[in-house]
Amino acid sequence: MDTQNCFHCGLDIVAEAEIIFDEKTFCCAGCKTVYEIFSLNDLTSYYDFEKSPGATPQDIKGKYDFLENESIVSKLLEFQEETTAIVSLSIPHIHCSSCIWILENLQRLQEGINVSQVNFPDKKVRINYNPQIVSLSKIAYLLSSIGYEPYISLENYESGTQNVDRSLTYKLGVAFFCFGNIMLLSFPEYFEVKEFWLDNYKPFFRWLIFALSLPSFLYSASGYYVSAYKSIKSRMLNIDIPIALGIIIFFIRSTVDIVMDYGSGFFDSLTGLVFFMLLGKMFQIKTYSFLSFERDFKSYFPVAVTRINTDASEESVAVYDIKKGDRLLIRNQELIPVDGILISETAAIDYSFVTGEFIPINKNSGDKVFAGGKQIGKVIEMEVLFSVSQSYLTQLWSNDVFQKNVEQKHKSITDSISRYFTPILLLIAFAGFGYWIFKDVNTAFNVFTAVLIVACPCALALTAPFTLGNVLRIVGKQKFYLKNALVIEQLAKVDTIVFDKTGTITTNKKSNISYEGKPLSETNLIRIKSVLRGSNHPLSRMLYDFLPDMGRVNISDFEEITGKGIQSKVVESFVRIGSAAFTGKTEENTALQTSVHIQMNDEYYGKYVFKNQYREGLEELFKSLDSHYQIKVLSGDNAGEKAALEQLLPKSTELVFNQKPEQKLEFIKQLQDSGKNVMMVGDGLNDAGALAQSNVGISISENVNVFSPACDAILEATQFQKLHYFLKLSKKAMLVIKMSFGLSLLYNVVGLTFAITGNLQPLIAAIIMPLSTVTIVSFVTVMSNYYARKLEVRS
Amino acid sequence: MSVIYLLITISIFVAVGFFVAFVIAVKSGQYDDDYTPSVRMLFDDEISKNRTQNSEGKEQNAEV
Repeated sequence: MDTQNCFHCGLDIVAEAEIIFDEKTFCCAGCKTVYEIFSLNDLTSYYDFEKSPGATPQDIKGKYDFLENESIVSKLLEFQEETTAIVSLSIPHIHCSSCIWILENLQRLQEGINVSQVNFPDKKVRINYNPQIVSLSKIAYLLSSIGYEPYISLENYESGTQNVDRSLTYKLGVAFFCFGNIMLLSFPEYFEVKEFWLDNYKPFFRWLIFALSLPSFLYSASGYYVSAYKSIKSRMLNIDIPIALGIIIFFIRSTVDIVMDYGSGFFDSLTGLVFFMLLGKMFQIKTYSFLSFERDFKSYFPVAVTRINTDASEESVAVYDIKKGDRLLIRNQELIPVDGILISETAAIDYSFVTGEFIPINKNSGDKVFAGGKQIGKVIEMEVLFSVSQSYLTQLWSNDVFQKNVEQKHKSITDSISRYFTPILLLIAFAGFGYWIFKDVNTAFNVFTAVLIVACPCALALTAPFTLGNVLRIVGKQKFYLKNALVIEQLAKVDTIVFDKTGTITTNKKSNISYEGKPLSETNLIRIKSVLRGSNHPLSRMLYDFLPDMGRVNISDFEEITGKGIQSKVVESFVRIGSAAFTGKTEENTALQTSVHIQMNDEYYGKYVFKNQYREGLEELFKSLDSHYQIKVLSGDNAGEKAALEQLLPKSTELVFNQKPEQKLEFIKQLQDSGKNVMMVGDGLNDAGALAQSNVGISISENVNVFSPACDAILEATQFQKLHYFLKLSKKAMLVIKMSFGLSLLYNVVGLTFAITGNLQPLIAAIIMPLSTVTIVSFVTVMSNYYARKLEVRS
Repeated sequence: MSVIYLLITISIFVAVGFFVAFVIAVKSGQYDDDYTPSVRMLFDDEISKNRTQNSEGKEQNAEV
């Protein structure tokens, strides 16, 4: 075995294909070419930052021709003027510092590029170029030629530039500014030295503090007022009502205090409270900007395709302009954007985006081809049957699930607690007021306001954001990416789990291969393996990896026939590998299985049968889930694997086959109507409806940067067996929140005893408030980390 | 005596100055990408070293 790695891309080098150039070894001509481009332009520092950082450039002839079309380009650009244009391109391959370096030195590779800047977390490069010197399509080809193929999809075409919402950052900045300065200016009051000199300045300090608290009170806390108002209007008592009430009472009481010269007011605690709560909000938001949880078919469909006009001329047209009856040209690796009829003789179409099944399906002239498939092999022609929005797959997105606002489908734990908290709080406040009013009117008002101030559920409101924010980060490190913190609460409530089959519980990486037929001698095996080397078909690659390495013989007259198979002369024999018809085998009932047939010297030998390989740890996962959850498996395929699945999975697992995308959605809906909390685990675009309908939709992805349908969480395929651990952790997170609620209520009781007796001094408030915040935050962080570790050890 | 008015006013102005600087920084998008600049910062030396080598470097390359 050769252990040498390619200098450019780091892949193993097959000895015969090795290319030595400039004293360096390369695995293929593509990698060598990239190195040549770099070395000609003095850009070899690329290889200094990271070892073999590159990617092999793909053959993409003609793929970006649509970028010559002015109207398409203008939709993609962020900014356009006569001599300057700015475009942001998403490049999935960006992964290391070498990538940043080379992409920020593009101006040295191509005249006309002014500046390029990489945003690493977003995996985007922003290019400022002169459209009179260089065109966008030229830039796209340049990027592809050095292995950084840009990803241009229908989504870019529609949305254009988005504005970033930075208001929380501003609010936090304002709150911190006010809080810090007020704290400093409050010090003389804390010590209450009865000194003449300081007493003289009291009014000045107090009014300055008052002025400083205004931005925090009016701007930073504004979100709470809006939310409280909305929740009153919709008659749902959420936690923001007591918070907003507390803040307003805080402010009024403090203002009255300094106007009437009763005391210094509670401005320090007020601004501190606003600051800490905003901090909690910030902490809860952990965005994975390189991931997208909102993807629909638009993220994957191309912007434009090639149309063949009646006069046989070719033209790039935007996908939305395709009409019924048009003839389209689909190249290798291009996505079919609409349903249609195949005109070319044969085609091999990979539907992995849609179904998760990655082995191409062969189609013949006159067959129907569906949108979402990817052509593998040579160029094909097709006639359009439906426009984009009316195609089989895209119709799914017209379902109501995608229209409604999903925000409201769940009530958070904090809100359910505050439903009891708010009335009790008001009851205590009025009771205190009623008790004192007969003794001393002044104290009565003091007690009333003090109760609302002290009981302001700051600690309560901080509990959930900090616990969930922390858990979000813990699972994020283990490659389970959640859309937001609410998903954890929903995970804890799940009682039914529905799995998709292909691509979700099976893996694309490996396949179970078995041989049926006449025994093959060792020499024949060597011959077959040698022929397979030349083919890039996924089945050939898998079979090649499956066959033992025993040596190699030279082959000649190699030919790959799309949709049929490969054939070649090996020494004195002629080998054909491919479909049944191709190898002279009369067709039997093979619809239920994927197989590759072998024929040598016109003699049929046998076939290799490919069975789905289930993910590692699947059996154990299902076994451990079985006692806690109802499990169902939903598949778009036929029932061919039923027996194997029944053997592998626990008996209570329900198996449903032949499900169309809409039926999957309907299936989930029915479960929910019968009172279940459903978690859907899927992977392809055909699961998109079910993922959106379910309470928690998790998408399994082999490569999180490239593909995943819209969902609540993305799980990297390698972490699949940890699913139960994540579910357990979410339950523990809820337990931590409940414990912490108990703790913060304890603080409230202590504070209330001060308040109800009329003894709440500003200093006491200023101590209790940060103290409770700090203990709550550290308690939940320590506890959630503890549970995360404990559960991991056990599982 | 009145020096305290002056000092406090100055200190508030300084604080406001920093606050304005913060707002400008956020507005210009400095906080949107907090990773790439940390890497980019280390490149500068590399590039200038390259440029100085360029004039002689090309001939050397040709020989190789």
